[in-house]
Amino acid sequence: MTTISNTERGAAKVMNRTDLTQRLVARLHKDEAVVGGIGHTNWDLWASGQRPQNFYMLGSMGLAAPIALGVAVAQPDRMVFALEGDGSLLMQVGALATIATVEPANLCVIVWDNEAFHITGGQKSLTATGADIVAMARGAGLTNSTWAADEAHFESLVDEALGGTTGPRLIAARIDMTKPAGTTDRDPVKIRLNFMSGIAPPDKEG
Amino acid sequence: MSRDDGAEPWHETVIRVLKENEVDLVTYIPDNVLRELIDALHADPYFTVICPAREEEAVAIVAGAYMAGRRGIVLMQTSGFATLPNALASLVVPFQIPVVMMISERGILGEFQIGQAIVCKTMRPVLQSIGIEHHTIEEHDHVPFVVDSMIRQAFATRSPAAIILSPLLTKRPRAGAAQ
Ligand SMILES: Cc1ncc(C[n+]2csc(CCOP(=O)(O)OP(=O)(O)O)c2C)c(N)n1
Repeated sequence: MTTISNTERGAAKVMNRTDLTQRLVARLHKDEAVVGGIGHTNWDLWASGQRPQNFYMLGSMGLAAPIALGVAVAQPDRMVFALEGDGSLLMQVGALATIATVEPANLCVIVWDNEAFHITGGQKSLTATGADIVAMARGAGLTNSTWAADEAHFESLVDEALGGTTGPRLIAARIDMTKPAGTTDRDPVKIRLNFMSGIAPPDKEG
Repeated sequence: MSRDDGAEPWHETVIRVLKENEVDLVTYIPDNVLRELIDALHADPYFTVICPAREEEAVAIVAGAYMAGRRGIVLMQTSGFATLPNALASLVVPFQIPVVMMISERGILGEFQIGQAIVCKTMRPVLQSIGIEHHTIEEHDHVPFVVDSMIRQAFATRSPAAIILSPLLTKRPRAGAAQ
């Protein structure tokens, strides 16, 4: 695993977000929380099955990881995933340093890099011209940051995160420009209430 | 419940009221006026204190923590608030998340920088237009009641709230008090 987990961005396979989201969700088994970033990212999370432990964002570009950080700090015993597009992550890139500083062992940020702002018309994003999210994350202090080489490697990285107590991590996956498999039902209060009851601490009511 | 003999500095009152309301997560971007409060929060093991890169993150962290069962507050300066309309209008307000903000008001009563004065003028119109409850504290003896009741109302009604600290509170010399 050591060599493969040092995959360069250029060597990483271009995969599919719908497929990878389903692979992630299939491996969840302990009511892990998942925060889906704006647009396509949370649409594919929605399409992968509406787990009550999922939170779907309806705007607020780049805030999936900070929201997930708040959940992780409040519930250190629950594993928390943040899913974010490359354009969104770059808009709040300082959040990587915040996560590295707070160092929650139970937080994993997953970044879908399609080199584009897909939902707004497919305009090129900054990763198309060389910005390497894993290198930036490592530079921010998130040393456990890795490009997923292929689907099997992605799954093994998710498994490591699920079993892990070694601090926050970031998984970046290169993805293609396929449209997501569904569209989130945009009812913010319902989304919040479902999420709150899905992750309610045992001693508290949602 | 409160010790209104005028001896307690406002930041100590704030800390006491936060504890009374079980608000134990604090996120902030620094401001000089908030320095003593921030220092005291860092020194107090009751609080988890996070200083992120941007105010939007500070709001999102507290929003996430609320949904996971923990109460928080966000501290910032007026200019920090000016970076927040999108996060408030697309996350906090529509999802009805009680994010409590404490904003030290800069740009009035002796401001020396025109940019700060102009930024300050955007704050209340933004709060008003997205319907966020806000109140400005000018008097030292209003601190316990206003902070406590704003926090209680925010959590009871699942609504965000902005507690604005005027220079009349934070900068005006107080008779008989060690400032
Ligand atoms: C602050 C802000 N700026 C711009 C937009 C418009 N916008 C919505 S989604 C989006 C692109 C998101 O890109 P990315 O996160 O890479 O996801 P993708 O669409 O590629 O899946 C943009 C620019 C917005 N919602 N908020």
